[in-house]
Amino acid sequence: MDHGNDDELTKVHPDHVRVLRIQSFAAGAFCVIAAVIAGLIFPPVRWYVIALGAALALFWIIRLPARRYAHKGYMMSGDRLRVARGMLFRRDTVVPFGRVQHIDVTQNPLERFYGLATLVVHTAGTHNSSVALAGLKRADADAMREDIRRHIKRETL
Amino acid sequence: MTGEGGIPPYQGQRTSPLGFIVQVVENLRKAILPIIALMFGSQQFGDTPVVVGLLIGLAIIVFNVAVAWLGWTRRRYFVGDEDVRVESGIFSRDARSVPYERIQDVSLEQKLIPRILGLTSICFETGAGGKDELKLSFVTQSEGERLRTLVRERREDHALGSARQEARAEAATAAAGVAEPESRLLFTMGPGRLALFGLFEFSLIIFALLAGALQQLDSFLPYSVWSLDDWRGFASSQMSWIGAWGVVGPVIVGTVVTITIGLIGLATGIARTVARDWGFTLERNARGFRRRRGLFTRTDVVMPVHRVQAARITTGCLRRLFGWHGLKFISLAQDSGSESHVVAPFAQMDEIWPIVREAGLSAPPADARWHLPKSDRWVVLGILGAIPVLAMIAFLAMEGRWLLALAAGLVVLPMLGLRQYFSFARHRYAVGVRQIFVREGLVTPELVIAQQIRLQTVEIARGPLGRWLGYCTVHFGLAGGKLSIPGVPIAEAFALRESVLNSIAAVDFSDLPQ
Repeated sequence: MDHGNDDELTKVHPDHVRVLRIQSFAAGAFCVIAAVIAGLIFPPVRWYVIALGAALALFWIIRLPARRYAHKGYMMSGDRLRVARGMLFRRDTVVPFGRVQHIDVTQNPLERFYGLATLVVHTAGTHNSSVALAGLKRADADAMREDIRRHIKRETL
Repeated sequence: MTGEGGIPPYQGQRTSPLGFIVQVVENLRKAILPIIALMFGSQQFGDTPVVVGLLIGLAIIVFNVAVAWLGWTRRRYFVGDEDVRVESGIFSRDARSVPYERIQDVSLEQKLIPRILGLTSICFETGAGGKDELKLSFVTQSEGERLRTLVRERREDHALGSARQEARAEAATAAAGVAEPESRLLFTMGPGRLALFGLFEFSLIIFALLAGALQQLDSFLPYSVWSLDDWRGFASSQMSWIGAWGVVGPVIVGTVVTITIGLIGLATGIARTVARDWGFTLERNARGFRRRRGLFTRTDVVMPVHRVQAARITTGCLRRLFGWHGLKFISLAQDSGSESHVVAPFAQMDEIWPIVREAGLSAPPADARWHLPKSDRWVVLGILGAIPVLAMIAFLAMEGRWLLALAAGLVVLPMLGLRQYFSFARHRYAVGVRQIFVREGLVTPELVIAQQIRLQTVEIARGPLGRWLGYCTVHFGLAGGKLSIPGVPIAEAFALRESVLNSIAAVDFSDLPQ
């Protein structure tokens, strides 16, 4: 089973990166605007500040989503779902199917455009009461939901 | 389902009366524009006096208040064995019942005005979406929480078959104080024990309350409490007689003041404890634990055994010397706002263990292997914390203040070291066959005992420092509480997770001991 081995994690769909990029566009734009304003207020360092803002925005929009994607993964095994995300602050969570209260498959408009979905698994725990896995193909998310649901049904019957 | 969807006579409950106020405010907010328009409109006609406009405005307000009032009086809800029912409507009555199996989730919603008044609207989501949901506005927040817990419990009962439902019905009769077939007394506190408990609950909260009250009433007092000059004047006016005692005077005054404050603190502690825990009894009946306590507001709580998620044993630094501990159960239900249920607030350990065993938990075995966290975490954090101190010492030394620099080095650095050592040594955990034990604290150790099968999720969280030093924090998802172990070596954490998960998976959820 799992021994913290990250190689056995399945990656989410590559389109997830695009969704993340578009989502972080607002933050990037904010960086640039803030830099331009700061540049207007302090003219001596104007170009330096704007360059810094632009670099930050580029990092935010181009590099960060790619990194987040690279370090995100999941694994479904017979009786549990493992979701790992983050590199600097890594969180690696396992939810046993027997503890799942209910399951959501959500799609925001952006995800819908790319045919992606987010699987949200709810448990009764106070910590980690819901574990979300974004960037799945809609069909995969539905299939996973059905898998987990079948398992829950078997356990409660 | 039940044949008739109506509420049995005299059984429905009204929503919170404060909700009426919210409704009035809400209605008026909607009506305010028409009223203003009307007032201006009435001025357009030269011969109609302004009074008419005012009267019409008043009529609208009265009408709104009346509608809100009628709406409140005509709205009742009922939480039955099979379903939740709400009846509402002034002229056209609307009765709706939702069976527990159909309730997907219960959500509480608080808008600004209800929030100020401590109210909430509760929505029983059926998955039908939109306006077909069962919505109840407004109940008090505690009532909302209670309803949510209740509905969740009943839904679970339905899902798990009728055996539990019968057990619950039994518990309900027990809770009502009727026919208790077999209930054993587990723990009780007499007045003597209560008074002793009160002594340890020494509290100076009354001074905080007094200070708060004084601040409120400041403008009404002839002198200002917060002005030093007034106090100086008071002191000098009293000095004459204190001065007459010579050197002893201030000492005597100081002692008297200290003793008075101490006595007030003790009295507050005893009064609060007696008010809260008067007649504390914990019983075990067919369904679970039943706790009654309180002098002015008496509470009667029934907690099913299978709802107990974990036990928490706490103590205080003074009471520990005399062997006094407190026992709480962490459960899904909330105990008047706090997350766990107090089942034995002040008891010796040999009284506590039998109660713990009743909940299907047990004490850590004598040969349990206690794991300490990885010390690197605290060492490195200590070094990081020492950097500013070292910088300050260097600065002082450069300024030529050698004595001060030396003092800072000799006092602050060892203190930092001690602090890091203690915060390292206060954590430890052990894994039993079925349980997991987490101990935290050195002076006031707190022990949490949780059944592995009760855990919901296991998360391994690791920050940059943990990545470098090879440690992580293990968070367990516990229903109704928190359970985390910091500074666990990575390999050990994954092994721990594996063992816990295997024991979770091995147990079918429906086979849990009841």
